[in-house]
Amino acid sequence: MKYLPHTSEELAEMLSVAGVKSLDDLYSDVPEAIRFRREYNLPEAMSEIEIRNYFDRLASLNDPLICFAGAGCYDHYAPSIVQSIIQRSEFLTCYTPYQAEISQGTLHYIFEFQSMMAEMTGMDISNASMYDGATATAEAAIMAMAAGKKCTKVLVSSTIDPRVRAVLETYAHFHGFGLETVGETNGQTDRNDLQARLNEGGVAGVIVQQPNYYGVIEDFSGMADICHNAKSLFIINSIIADLAVLKTPGEWGADIAVGDGQSLGIPMNFGGPGVGYMCCTEKLLRKMPGRIVGLTKDNREQRAFVLTLQAREQHIRRQKATSNICSNQSLMALYVTIYLSLMGKQGIKEAAELSYAGAHYLHDELVATGWFKPKFDAPFFNEFCLTYDGDVDALIEECADRGFLVGVKTDDSSILIAVTEQRTKQDIDNLVETIKSIREDAV
Amino acid sequence: MNNRLYGNLIFELSHPGRKGYSLPANQFGSFSTSQLPETLLRKKDAELPECDELTVVRHYTNLSHNNFGVNDGFYPLGSCTMKYNPVINEEIAARPEFTAIHPLQPEYTCEGSSAVAAELRRMLSEITGLADFTLNPMAGAHGELTGLMIIRSYHESRGDNARTKVIIPDSAHGTNPASAAVCGLEVVEVKSLADGTVDVDDLRRLVAENQGTIAAMMMTNPNTLGLFERSIPEIAELIHAEGGLMYYDGANLNPMLGACRPGDMGFDVMHINLHKTFSTPHGGGGPGSGPVGVRSGLEQFFPTVGAFNGNFGVYIKALVYILTIGRENIKMVGPLATLNANYIKERLKDVYELPIDSVCKHEFVFNGLKDKSTGVTTMDVAKRLLDYGYHAPTIYFPLLFHESLMIEPTENESKETIDGFIEVMRCIAEEAKEDPEMVKSAPHTTPIGRVDDVLAAKHPVVTYKQLISCADTNA
Repeated sequence: MKYLPHTSEELAEMLSVAGVKSLDDLYSDVPEAIRFRREYNLPEAMSEIEIRNYFDRLASLNDPLICFAGAGCYDHYAPSIVQSIIQRSEFLTCYTPYQAEISQGTLHYIFEFQSMMAEMTGMDISNASMYDGATATAEAAIMAMAAGKKCTKVLVSSTIDPRVRAVLETYAHFHGFGLETVGETNGQTDRNDLQARLNEGGVAGVIVQQPNYYGVIEDFSGMADICHNAKSLFIINSIIADLAVLKTPGEWGADIAVGDGQSLGIPMNFGGPGVGYMCCTEKLLRKMPGRIVGLTKDNREQRAFVLTLQAREQHIRRQKATSNICSNQSLMALYVTIYLSLMGKQGIKEAAELSYAGAHYLHDELVATGWFKPKFDAPFFNEFCLTYDGDVDALIEECADRGFLVGVKTDDSSILIAVTEQRTKQDIDNLVETIKSIREDAV
Repeated sequence: MNNRLYGNLIFELSHPGRKGYSLPANQFGSFSTSQLPETLLRKKDAELPECDELTVVRHYTNLSHNNFGVNDGFYPLGSCTMKYNPVINEEIAARPEFTAIHPLQPEYTCEGSSAVAAELRRMLSEITGLADFTLNPMAGAHGELTGLMIIRSYHESRGDNARTKVIIPDSAHGTNPASAAVCGLEVVEVKSLADGTVDVDDLRRLVAENQGTIAAMMMTNPNTLGLFERSIPEIAELIHAEGGLMYYDGANLNPMLGACRPGDMGFDVMHINLHKTFSTPHGGGGPGSGPVGVRSGLEQFFPTVGAFNGNFGVYIKALVYILTIGRENIKMVGPLATLNANYIKERLKDVYELPIDSVCKHEFVFNGLKDKSTGVTTMDVAKRLLDYGYHAPTIYFPLLFHESLMIEPTENESKETIDGFIEVMRCIAEEAKEDPEMVKSAPHTTPIGRVDDVLAAKHPVVTYKQLISCADTNA
């Protein structure tokens, strides 16, 4: 077998050095009653040709569609060299950079990643990444609970992505803190409700999303003060690509900025891997979960990077650690670091402008058909929510049959639609024409 | 080979006006973000680099030269199972029919991706002797947390709400107690015997003392010393009789392939690190994948721990691996990994101190050099190995010994590779006697020398902006 190099001569010699007669003898300490003695019920080994054929068949069961869906996962563009560099085996096949002397490549790019995340979010500092946006948000809630003395709960706006909220609920339930929902008006966080709930006291953190689940860009002016006056932390989950242009969590006065980096060109891949990011104020540095890379020097007086502040982490602090996180999404952090290096200061704005323009164009075209109406009267970026006067499920299926993923259903009469810089005017016109022909067929 | 220019930070290679991207012209008329209310816009651009494409390519290619991966050489990192990461896995995972699928597509348009997940769940269930798996956890520690959540839900569903404690051996991976804490559980530590296995008498005492409050016991088997816990049937019976469940930390699953299944050992819930046992790459610390399996009847308690379907792009590689090695070879994985470990142990135990001299499984632990008079520590041995082109073993873990040096070779390594490693380890033992200062100041051939950890932690500089501002302050 190509992954198992032992010849029978070598086996004999090695067994003799190991002091046993057979491979089976290596397991003489395993009670016979629990030994696995039959064959695994698995397919026989496949050659590479058979593997390719096998996955040809599975791949043919998928229909890649022209994507107008978002809801936390976006079909953005990435330059071709990003994928080619992250496939370099020195990055792909190495372990967590505990041995700094032979891991400067990884440590160096994580330092760049942290710098870029801090720039994008307008925050002081960043960690080396989290699993995804949802778990990063849950970890931010736990961090707020640890920072807030005598707090019992975290507030979350009802305009947050329901899938992020579901993960928050899981963590809140088991970690043991309350999670209360702040209501919404016109698709935005209800300030009066927020104030009233803060007035009750005991709130460790307030979590909002930007743009929110409906694609609405919320105005958070003054919200940080409202939170801070109630001794609560202010936590913003952002679609990070949009921060190329939108006011940053730092500018809004957030204490913690979290989210997923998927919108920075990471393939959708059925939902993962993405890369969670977490940034915060300098004050909260030592309360952060996960790995952090810091600057130092070596014994030859050279600049070097190293994993630092490890006393927060599970391998040192065990049950008193700030989190249980060990592996994060390092290679995906490299992905977005290379993406941001190439797109740079100007490219991220240009991509954001294209997404914005395409989305507004499609929005107006759909509203002009008369079958769609804006669900909220509020500014949006590259994602928007419309009400539809027909059956939303049927619309999604009929579009899928014609090669389009038109969006994500948010309720029986509403659909959430996203446009990225990958969608040409032709794509958009084709979608609108397709919807028109579906409607005509129905008549 | 390293180039000084390209080895700078990417920010230091930036020149205003350069670009490394190309985008189509805007065809959408006059729509512009400048039409948004000013209060919603950022005041200052993100200070990202401005570089041409070749500069970016050279910068990251140069960085890669400062790394050491499994493809570069032997990686005997104990507890991490640094297997070969087959390239066919990468080829299949990169197919656009998989990568271009949105997680919220109508089900009938992504049956291929769903089938990948379903096939893998079935195969993992067969390999472990459990009923079903959730593929959503995104790393091993995430799997541990998910598994403990399942256990708590099980007890809660029975109204058994007093079960808030988890028994964990003192030799366990740090993630075990940390995951218990995140899950709102209290850790009760059970002692190890001199041979590193669970002290069943101490366990019996703990079980009696904590009656009615034990949610679970977390174990890895073989344990972190690489020793099989032969009392496992008795331990499982003890915990089950008390009403608790058994959790298996799959970090050490590799030597059990072909030998013994966690389900048959009496475990009810477990996670698998696909990036260890099933050959998906470690990627410098992720993305991993930590599927959680359960005994029949517990499937209903799978919690929501991620927004979508877990790290699909990772776990598809595990399916490719299982199909590639197949039924006839998977049963050889555990025995050959175990043989490689025992061979190294036997060939080195005359110069390195072996605290527990018995047949190990996939890994074993030395307590530093046998000859302690030279002052050469485990750290020094590890750093000297780097000079010889080997990755270091895991050091100072487990905490049971002062000079732990934990070696795990995996089944993929050939006898020549292992013999070469043994020779170098023996050579370092000689060097420790003849020239201890040289070993203590190793590594000498790596791009950088030993780093100042204290400096990094005392004045944390974790972004380029902070780096510039502290350079300004010093100037």
